[in-house]
Amino acid sequence: MRGFRYLSGVASLKLDAEKCTGCRVCLSVCPHAVFAGTEDRRVRVADLDACMECGACAKNCAFGAISLKPGVGCAEAIINGWLRGTEPSCDDGCCGQAPATRGDTAAPA
Amino acid sequence: MSTVVPQVSSELTWRDTLARWALRWDIGRSRGAVEPGLYRVGEPTPESPVLVTANYRMTFDLVRRDLGGLDVWLLVLDTNGVNVWCAAGKGTFGTKELIVRAAKSNLSSHVTHRTLIVPQLGATGVSAHEARQLGDYRVVFGPIRSRDIPAFVAAGMKTTPEMRAVTFTFAERLALTPVELVGTVKGWKLLILLGLLAAGWLLDRSSLATASQPAAAYIAGVLAGGLLTPALLPWLPGHSFSVKGALAGAAAGAAASLALGSAPLGVAAGTLLAAGIASFVGLNFTGATPFTSPSGVEKELRLALPAQAAAAVIAGVLWIVQFFLG
Repeated sequence: MRGFRYLSGVASLKLDAEKCTGCRVCLSVCPHAVFAGTEDRRVRVADLDACMECGACAKNCAFGAISLKPGVGCAEAIINGWLRGTEPSCDDGCCGQAPATRGDTAAPA
Repeated sequence: MSTVVPQVSSELTWRDTLARWALRWDIGRSRGAVEPGLYRVGEPTPESPVLVTANYRMTFDLVRRDLGGLDVWLLVLDTNGVNVWCAAGKGTFGTKELIVRAAKSNLSSHVTHRTLIVPQLGATGVSAHEARQLGDYRVVFGPIRSRDIPAFVAAGMKTTPEMRAVTFTFAERLALTPVELVGTVKGWKLLILLGLLAAGWLLDRSSLATASQPAAAYIAGVLAGGLLTPALLPWLPGHSFSVKGALAGAAAGAAASLALGSAPLGVAAGTLLAAGIASFVGLNFTGATPFTSPSGVEKELRLALPAQAAAAVIAGVLWIVQFFLG
């Protein structure tokens, strides 16, 4: 991403080149151009440090070639998880409210 | 069994603009949801494209604005009034909801094809191959930004590398700062400010300026972390949000303390407190950015939280020492 780099050497993304069939769906869903095509029509991890672990590639890989620990890179969510002894959670936080506390849906304008 | 599909306007009214501003300031977000389901934009035919979005009011409004001039169907998923990116991360903007909402909306009675255009940032929740297996839908990932939809449609449903790359411009960052700032004065956090005002008054009530030092340093830290850090993000040194925040906070804290005519120890204390607060608030901005990884944020938190707490404690000690030195 132009002008923005986060910490290097931390992303948990792994690509199993043996399982890759070259469908390239990962190239179309990654918002940070982490993957690049290769000569043999498969893909490789070209920019690991640009990965924000959103999980879009793994979710859309029909062949299970991509693994990572997906999540939100949000300090508040991670602290919430630590305090409650759960996975990182942004409910009630900036990313909107949990369904249980939600108000009535308004009619569209 | 064709049902009447509501028509949406591509024109935003002043009420829509007002609602968007309110949402930016965290006002009425619990009411920021629209009715999920199928909508008509323009005069769609059974062959027209079906675009998918979330039922957050701001998302819905900006999408329908950007669809002006197109004849398309808009399928709004129920994400509890949360935007596409966050809802996809939670899974509410997901494959299951996509298939269920299409069925509930009788989509197949209105269109003759099985193609659904899902925003690319919804790909963390929507799996194209699962949608094909479970619902026989062909999911095409469209551009990240709704304003690129007309060009995407004109190009025959093809995204360019630019449409697929997330951005974080000055304007985009600034638009996220109000909600960050409001978050620092909401609920129990307001007690911090009141506590610092009380502490400042107890330590030095010789003048209003000196008594308000701790509170002023805190406010400087909040503004440095919540406003300066996002605005100056690419230019503040390093890759770590806590370091960027600390630097902005130190500068703001020193400036505020000097402006209030603090003694040297007071300036040091104000600088330290503002640096610690800004470092924490700045690190929190990771949640609003589209490029920080959870592994990175966790690593940074483990290093930064103790340092931030230490800065606040040392600042307090310095103010107390200064009190006894007179």
